[in-house]
Amino acid sequence: MKLKIMMLLSRLIWEGAQLLKLENLTVNYGSFTAIQNVNIEVAKGEIVVLLGANGAGKSTIFKTISGLIKPAEGDILFNGSSIKKTSADRIVKSGIVQCPEGRHLFGGMTVYENLNMGAYVHRGKREEIKKSLNHVYDLFPILKDKADDPAGSLSGGQQQMLAIGRALMSKPKLMMLDEPSVGLAPLIVEQMFDVIQQINREGTTILLAEQNANAALRISNKGYVFESGSIVVEGTSKELFSNDEVRKAYIGA
Amino acid sequence: MSTIFQRKNVIIAVILFAIAFPYLTDNTYYIHIMSLAFIWTIAVYGLNLLAGYTGYLSLAHAGFFAIGAYSIGLLTVKAGLNYWLAFILAILITSFLGLLIGLISLRTKEHFFAIYTLCVGYVIYLVIDKWDSLTGGVRGLIGIPAPANIGPISFQTPVSLYYLILFFMLLAVLVAYRIVNSLTGRTYIAIRNSEELALTMGIDTGKNKLVVFVISTAFAGVAGALYASFIRFIGPEVAYTTVVFDLLTFLLVGGIGTLTGPIVGTLLIVWISQQLQFLQDYRMLIFGPVLTLLVIFYPRGLVGGFYAWKMKREHKRAMKANSAKSSDSAIGAKDQVKEG
Ligand SMILES: Nc1ncnc2c1ncn2[C@@H]1O[C@H](COP(=O)(O)OP(=O)(O)OP(=O)(O)O)[C@@H](O)[C@H]1O
Ligand SMILES: [Mg+2]
Repeated sequence: MKLKIMMLLSRLIWEGAQLLKLENLTVNYGSFTAIQNVNIEVAKGEIVVLLGANGAGKSTIFKTISGLIKPAEGDILFNGSSIKKTSADRIVKSGIVQCPEGRHLFGGMTVYENLNMGAYVHRGKREEIKKSLNHVYDLFPILKDKADDPAGSLSGGQQQMLAIGRALMSKPKLMMLDEPSVGLAPLIVEQMFDVIQQINREGTTILLAEQNANAALRISNKGYVFESGSIVVEGTSKELFSNDEVRKAYIGA
Repeated sequence: MSTIFQRKNVIIAVILFAIAFPYLTDNTYYIHIMSLAFIWTIAVYGLNLLAGYTGYLSLAHAGFFAIGAYSIGLLTVKAGLNYWLAFILAILITSFLGLLIGLISLRTKEHFFAIYTLCVGYVIYLVIDKWDSLTGGVRGLIGIPAPANIGPISFQTPVSLYYLILFFMLLAVLVAYRIVNSLTGRTYIAIRNSEELALTMGIDTGKNKLVVFVISTAFAGVAGALYASFIRFIGPEVAYTTVVFDLLTFLLVGGIGTLTGPIVGTLLIVWISQQLQFLQDYRMLIFGPVLTLLVIFYPRGLVGGFYAWKMKREHKRAMKANSAKSSDSAIGAKDQVKEG
């Protein structure tokens, strides 16, 4: 009896720690299978990285979690309940936000308006939005200076900061960042990853898609390596960093 | 800061001019043309919210205009309803049909949406044209009453009717202004930018699109109802596709997705085509090429073009001021034109 309760409790704690779980996920584009039978677990507070070359399926995973694409098979559990059939806007409301690749901004809007758009799910709560805004400005002071500039006038790095800041405005429990380092100078990449780490320390769980394995594995807890829609290697970041295949394919050493 | 002030002044000047207009001319024909232009303006503001701000080009807009016109016509002429009750019902009927048609047509996107709504518009035209027993078919509907008195105010004279229409036009502008300058308006712009991105912001794009579709049909309904009681006679041709292309021309010339574009474009084209009336259908020989050139060189219409020009000028001025201070500041120069 006691043992049973203990087991139940430990299971509850274990599952409570699991924030996101992909179970046997398969995603199709028409007749093309982009993701095949993928299992991923992300615990609360972690930084988890998805590695993979172009076309491996990283963005497809993100879009599926976001509810933009519906999976053909398998399930997506967030905080223990299935979000497979939840609409994209409700998924954001429930605490999952995606910062899409290619830093898509609202070009006709100012930096401030873009950030404000990010807080859409909290619309009406002025104080709360102001707090988030100040938080984002603390992380990226440049955005404060450029608050009234059109988003399209920012440099690549600043645009990426704005995209991350905007995602943060929804106060997510889980933030998915799709290749935030692509096309940025090494110094900026370092800054970016520092900020990502800081966001994580402040309590946001992070799922990161990257080709820059070196930087990504340095800040993450664990990772999954994708090849044409399937996971080929998984493990802690330490393990992956010393894995020969991973080193050969992604680190180049 | 100063630009807002200027814009406010411009708006006030335009309103004052519109109010003074009947006193500036004693030609009732001009008052007639101006009233008609205001009616079209209301419809174009509706089209602008949907096509301009949200990015959904509805070619069924003339159909909804006609539904508004026929609703009030039938409710007053055949059902003998009180005028203002019929007016409100006409708007409700138009919006309700807008809701139903929106539910179906918003399942499509982009050019499919345009084509689909073009078909819807044509079906509306056919229904009006063929449903003889209800609509009077090609013979049309005659004897639609002018707006009934409100208390001591009567709308029997062209000038009083002009003011009533002006009131509704200003109301339409105000509503459009409030929507565009709210989070709702930015939500529509976000949808126009990228629907997928809007979804990742947590925006319920489906609901928002439906709401703006219904709002735009309500605008068309108001315009149609006013038209019917202004002209006092309507035929199926009010639903014809040429009407929607007229509305679209007004919008494109004035500036799609701008707040002042609809009124600028509508007044301009209506007055120019009045002046060119002696050319009859050859007018199109002038309009066609001018419109084409405009769309190529000023895709955001006259108003959009004006703002782009002004931003450039201000930018140049800022650059000059900067380079006067320090000669090396020109390096980071960017030629940005803010849209939206
Ligand atoms: N909309 C689509 N329709 C059809 N196939 C698609 C679509 N989007 C992606 N694919 C295909 O799915 C596969 C996975 O694409 P995905 O964008 O998820 O890869 P990725 O890992 O994000 O690549 P990258 O690093 O280049 O961003 C690719 O083979 C791609 O061609
Ligand atoms: Mg990708």
